Amino acid sequence: MTAQIERPARPRVPGTPPSPGRRLGGLLRSRPHLTPYLLVLPAVLLELLIHIIPMVVGIVMSFIGLTQFYIRNWSSAPFVGLGNYRIALDFNGPIGQELLHSFLITIVYTVIVVGVSWVLGMAAALVLQRSFRGRGGLRTLFLVPYALPIYAGVITWSFMFQRDNGLINHILQSNLHLIDSPSFWLIGNNAFVAMAVVAIWRSWPFAFLMLTAGMQSIPDDLYDASAVDGAGVWRQSRYITMAMLRPVNVVLVLMLFLWTFNDFNTPFVLFGANAPEQADIISIHIYANSFVNWNFGLGSAMSVLLLLFLLLCTVVWFLIAGRRARRA
Amino acid sequence: MKRRVVATAAVAVLVAATTAACGSSNGGSSASDKTLTYWASNQAPSLADDRKDLTPILKDFQKKTGIEVKLQVIGWPDLYTKILAATTSGKGPDVLNIGNTWAPSLQATGAFVPFGQQEFQAIGGKQRFVDAALATGGMKGKPPTSVPYLGLVYGLYYNKKMFADAGLQPPTTWEELVSDAHKLTHPDQGVWGMAMEGGSYTEGVHFAYIFGEQHGADPFDASGKPQFTTPGMVAGVKQYVDLMADGVVNPSSAQYKNGPEAPGDFAKGKAAMLMSQNNADNTLQADGMDPDAYGVVPIPAPSDAASDVASFVAGINLSIFKNTDNKAGALKLVKYLTSPAVQEKLDQPFTALPVNKGGTVNFTPKAHEAQVFASILQNRAKPLPLVPAEAAYETNVGNAVAALIAQAATGKQVTSADVKSALAEAQAKMASS
Repeated sequence: MTAQIERPARPRVPGTPPSPGRRLGGLLRSRPHLTPYLLVLPAVLLELLIHIIPMVVGIVMSFIGLTQFYIRNWSSAPFVGLGNYRIALDFNGPIGQELLHSFLITIVYTVIVVGVSWVLGMAAALVLQRSFRGRGGLRTLFLVPYALPIYAGVITWSFMFQRDNGLINHILQSNLHLIDSPSFWLIGNNAFVAMAVVAIWRSWPFAFLMLTAGMQSIPDDLYDASAVDGAGVWRQSRYITMAMLRPVNVVLVLMLFLWTFNDFNTPFVLFGANAPEQADIISIHIYANSFVNWNFGLGSAMSVLLLLFLLLCTVVWFLIAGRRARRA
Repeated sequence: MKRRVVATAAVAVLVAATTAACGSSNGGSSASDKTLTYWASNQAPSLADDRKDLTPILKDFQKKTGIEVKLQVIGWPDLYTKILAATTSGKGPDVLNIGNTWAPSLQATGAFVPFGQQEFQAIGGKQRFVDAALATGGMKGKPPTSVPYLGLVYGLYYNKKMFADAGLQPPTTWEELVSDAHKLTHPDQGVWGMAMEGGSYTEGVHFAYIFGEQHGADPFDASGKPQFTTPGMVAGVKQYVDLMADGVVNPSSAQYKNGPEAPGDFAKGKAAMLMSQNNADNTLQADGMDPDAYGVVPIPAPSDAASDVASFVAGINLSIFKNTDNKAGALKLVKYLTSPAVQEKLDQPFTALPVNKGGTVNFTPKAHEAQVFASILQNRAKPLPLVPAEAAYETNVGNAVAALIAQAATGKQVTSADVKSALAEAQAKMASS
């Protein structure tokens, strides 16, 4: 395509070396197939710099015993081979046990947060699909949690979850009389509930936004035609809306899954660097292992394991989604 | 031709990489010998107060030496991570404050200037420092990588009026302390016997150490191996956690972390006692408490205790970052900040004990309080273990204690077996770090 754009050749002044631009132009004229590669080159370089190199560094770190004694000069850290992985995956030792615990907690957390966010987002998108007075206002209102800076939103929740003067305990105890004495929300078993509530609050507007956008691309004719054929709201939702939203859902659920599984901000802002055991999800767990214990080798090994797991999930997800799409 | 494109690309990458490298090398450390970057820790009631207290002193230093000091005050929750990051990147301040208990761990990173004979000479000699404080500078038998700057020890603060109203004397044994705390606890009025920074891992490990020592237990054996599960260690942790389990501490304080919350409760009359380092004085007064409203005694030991240790040798030390471009200037700043004249000025706002021999306690006009703190430092304080694994000990044991406090606060019983298994887990984690 680009090869068709040709400038008239200018006569070359004898004795002057070709300028770099001219040289490049000449190169492109003689080798037109190079053009696309040159065009993607900046992107490839940036990709290398931003994604690939840090990832490779992380993988290298996972094979060395990078503790406090070596962080000043990484190259002096001893090579430990799979030692860090052995510690991380030794489920009889305390570190492996905690990693497994953290992993399982994270799975439960992700399933709950993604599930509830999707249902809420879907419900809201369906309700707001048809035009009515105040729809714009409601849409804006629903998107507020997504638009707020994460830190501001989560820290507000952490104030509301305070035991003595938090809003949540005040409502539950003084207004609704559901509990007799104030509950702890940020330590003990409730910590998990608190964290999940905040995460759902933060991620459902995104589901809502994506699904709303998806619904707007469904032609009205389909609904009209199905109405003529006698389809009610439920059948329309199931066979038109849901069916047409499939591609959106495939991407949306995957994104929510990856974000939630890797969620660091919510637990970090709610609990600090050391989350209570019941809410010790994987990213904060890895952070604690690297930065609190000064063991970056072990932390990196855990990160690599996480990366492999998420990669596997993504591949399986697309395989399943792709097969179903072909069958449909 | 193709090769040339590849070559061009390679050059571009190299150029990008070298400019990036240039960008980082002259980041933190000062380029000329007329400037220094100094990281101060938070010693006053707020970061802004620290800046206000230090600025005139650093201006004075500039007048005397011509060296401009760029001051950065860093809060405690971030300081450790920031030092770690500076160590990793080689990009950091010239001079910095460290919690003295970190000294051996930071020494082990090799990122800090060791104070050999020459360096000590440059700052006015080794012998001028208080021995107990100087001993915290680094590992035993090696040139220290930090020197004492502000002296701190733990004491038991008590509310004079609340004790008088209940007809009580300040406790001299741990049993008395617990029984007093029970008598002074009135949950219906929102008043508790003891204030506690229950979620703070640093407080947790401090008391685990102090009470463990009272039971004759050392966290490390002679060869530097952790031994956290000895009966004395378990009894020490349980002594602390039982305050929460006994109901003499407001359960909400299980969530307090490194903030001014516990001193705040004490200052506002919501707690009758507070175990804290002497720098609590400025927080209490900032919270509006009259200095005459509280008294201080050493934290008591159980009557059958093996030792009456009441504190560890806490405090703030000064270190010089090895990557500094201005070592001579950095040494001058260290000498200046630790000099008796400047110490006298700083001890007051930072409520610190003198680190120079023969220095007088001047952070409080109350002679009795000054004498109590000075004698705790002299007679009843022991340094935390001076081993490289100290930092890992602090985080692992401290977090275990905070989790036990949380367990007690949420109404679950904490048995000696629970304490032992939590400590065993902390010890097992040490093996990997």
